[in-house]
Amino acid sequence: MQRLRRLAHNTIAMNTLEKEKSYQADERGYYGDFGGAFIPEMLYPNVEELRSQYVQIMQEPAFQEEFKQLLMDYVGRPTPLYYAKRFSEKYGTKVYLKREDLCHTGAHKVNNTIGQILMAQRLGKTRIIAETGAGQHGVATATVCALMGLECIVYMGAVDIERQAPNVARMKMLGATVRPAMSGSRTLKDATNEAIRDWINNPVNTHYIIGSVVGPHPYPDMVARFQSVISEETKKQLLEKEGKENPDYVVACVGGGSNAAGLYYHYLDQPDVGIIAVEAAGKGVDTGESAATSALGREGIIHGSKTLLMQTDDGQITEPYSISAGLDYPGVGPMHANLFRSGRGEFISVTDEDAMTAGLELSKLEGIIPAIETSHALAIFETRKFKKDDIVVINLSGRGDKDLNTYIDYFKL
Amino acid sequence: MNRIKQKLQEDKKLLSLYFTAGYPAIDDTVSILTQLQESGVDMVEIGLPFSDPLADGPTIQESSTAALHNGMTTEKLFSQLDGIRETIHIPLIVMGYFNPMLQYGVEKFCKRCQEIGIDGIIMPDLPLAEYEAEYKAIFEKYGLINVFLITPQTSDARIQQLDAASDGFIYMVSSASTTGGTSGFSNTTSDYFERIAAMNLKSQQIVGFGISNEETFKAATTHQKGAIIGSAFIKHITKNGANSVASFVETIR
Ligand SMILES: Cc1ncc(COP(=O)(O)O)c(C=O)c1O
Repeated sequence: MQRLRRLAHNTIAMNTLEKEKSYQADERGYYGDFGGAFIPEMLYPNVEELRSQYVQIMQEPAFQEEFKQLLMDYVGRPTPLYYAKRFSEKYGTKVYLKREDLCHTGAHKVNNTIGQILMAQRLGKTRIIAETGAGQHGVATATVCALMGLECIVYMGAVDIERQAPNVARMKMLGATVRPAMSGSRTLKDATNEAIRDWINNPVNTHYIIGSVVGPHPYPDMVARFQSVISEETKKQLLEKEGKENPDYVVACVGGGSNAAGLYYHYLDQPDVGIIAVEAAGKGVDTGESAATSALGREGIIHGSKTLLMQTDDGQITEPYSISAGLDYPGVGPMHANLFRSGRGEFISVTDEDAMTAGLELSKLEGIIPAIETSHALAIFETRKFKKDDIVVINLSGRGDKDLNTYIDYFKL
Repeated sequence: MNRIKQKLQEDKKLLSLYFTAGYPAIDDTVSILTQLQESGVDMVEIGLPFSDPLADGPTIQESSTAALHNGMTTEKLFSQLDGIRETIHIPLIVMGYFNPMLQYGVEKFCKRCQEIGIDGIIMPDLPLAEYEAEYKAIFEKYGLINVFLITPQTSDARIQQLDAASDGFIYMVSSASTTGGTSGFSNTTSDYFERIAAMNLKSQQIVGFGISNEETFKAATTHQKGAIIGSAFIKHITKNGANSVASFVETIR
C-alpha cells in the first residue's frame, strides 16, 4: 500500500471511484498487493485510453440507460433468485440460486460483453477481439458483435476447438472468425496470449474484450463493475423474499473470477456476509493435475496483472487442469488473490468427480442442469456445513447444455 | 563507465543481435556470444526464455519453448555467463519478461548481473511507473541500465517521460507489431524514424522489430543510432546451425 502512495498518478478521471470500499480496486487498479498493469509499452496507448475513460463513460446516463435496457430486453434480466427447496432440505440450510444460466447465451459472460461492446463503440473501435476457453465468452462476444454489426475475431486454443465443437459452430453462425491458438498447451492461457498479440498488432481500431476479471488494470475493475448487476439484483430480490438484503454467505466458482466478482461485488465490504470461492481441484490438489490457484499458486505476473498464479520455481507459468474448460486457467483475478491473502474470502477446492456428482444431483433435485463450472460451487455442501437458518446464495453461473458431451461420457448416459 | 554508454559514444551505426539463451542447444550460449563478438557485432541481447512471451512473434516464441525444454533456467544462464568477461568485451543486455526476474528476486537478479558483467536489462512488461516506484534504485545500485521501449503509437508526452527516465538508449519498436515481422518498412515507418530523430531526445535510439537484412538495417539506421536483429538471426541459426553466426552477420553489413 505504501508503494501505491509513492506512485504518481493521474487523478482526474479517478476521483469518481468508490474509494470507501476497501476490497475494491484502488485508483491504480490494485487490490491490496495485487493488480496493476504490467504491460509492454506496445499496449500502453490502448490500455491507457481505456483506463483514463472507462469510469467516466460507464457513468454517463446515456451509457447506463442503454446498458440497462439491453440487459433487460436482450439478455433477459433481472434473472430470478430462486429458492431451491429440495436442495435446501437435503443439506439442512436455506439455499438460493441466482439464475445466470437463464441469461441469453446461457451464462453470466454476456453481462460483461454487453458492457464492453458499448464501451468499444464509445471509444470508436470497429474491430473486436476476444479469447475463449470453453467457448462461452467467445459466444457471448460473437453475439454482441452480431448485435452491433462489428467485426469479431475469437482466439481459442486448438485443443479447446476440438473439445468444444458446438460453441465453435455457434460463433461461426454468429459471424465471428475463430482463430486457433497453436502455441504452448493450446488452451485458454495461450488463446489469451494470442489475443494480446493481436492487440499489439492492431493498436488503433481494435478493442479487446477480456472475458474475466483478469488482465491489466482497468480490466479487472471494469469487468467486475459490469458483472456487479448480479449482486445488485440479489440484494433487492433477497429483501423481497427474506426481508433483508444480506445473505449469510455468497458462493461462486472461480476460474478467472468474473461470476464470483459479480455476486460478491456489493457484499465485499459487508463483513456480515461470508464470501466463499470455489476452485477446481481437478484430479486432486496434489496430483499435478489441478487448477486450484489459491492452493498451488504464488505471487507473480500473468497477462499483465500481479496476482496468484501457478508457476515453476523459475517463474515459468504452468499448465492447469480441470474437467471444466472455464476453470482451466493458471491464475485468478487480483480481486480474488486479495480476498484469499487477506482472509476475507474462504477458498475451497472441489475435484472433477465431486463437481460432476453435484451437477447430476442438482439436475435431479431441482430440474436444473448446471454448467460444470457451476457444479463446482454446488459440490461444497457435502463437506462445508451451514446452519439451518443460514441463507446461502449460490451463483448459478451457467447452464449445462455446452457440457452435455462431458456429462454423457462421464456418466455413460 | 558502463559499456553501453561507451558504445553509444562511438562514431558508427551500431548492430545489435538478439538470441534466445539455451537455443538451439542448452550449451550454445558462450559459443554464440564468442562468434557474435568475432563477427564485429557491437552489442548483444541475451534472451532469457519465458513460457508466455507476449510481445514476441512465432520465431522467438518457438525458440523460447525449445530453450525451456532444453532445461534453460535463470540460474543456468547466469552460471553459463560466469567468467564471460574474460573473453567478451562488447556490451551485454539481458532481455526477458518480468515474472522470472521477480521469482528469482529482483535484487538477487541484479546482483548476479553485476557479478557477471551485464550492462543492461530489457523487460518489456515492467512498466515505467512500477520501475520508478519499486526497482529503479536496485537497478542503479548494481550499475544496470534499464532500456525503455517506444512505438509509433507512443505519444510525444510519453516519449519525453521515457527519455527523461532513460539512462542509456531508447528501444524504438519499428511498427505496431510483435517481433519477427518481415514485410519491410513502409513510408509511415520512415516518417516515424524522422519524427523521433527530430525530437532531439537526450537518449539515442536503437530500432528493433522487423529488421531482417541489409536493406532494413540501413533504413533503420539512417536517422537512428543502431538497430537490433532478433527473429531473422534465430531463423538463420535454426536453419544453418549454431556455428553459422558469421555468415549471418556478413549479410547485414
Ligand atoms: C458457466 C461458467 N461459469 C464460470 C466460468 C468461469 O469464469 P469466471 O471465473 O470468470 O466466472 C465460465 C467460463 O467459461 C462459465 O462458462
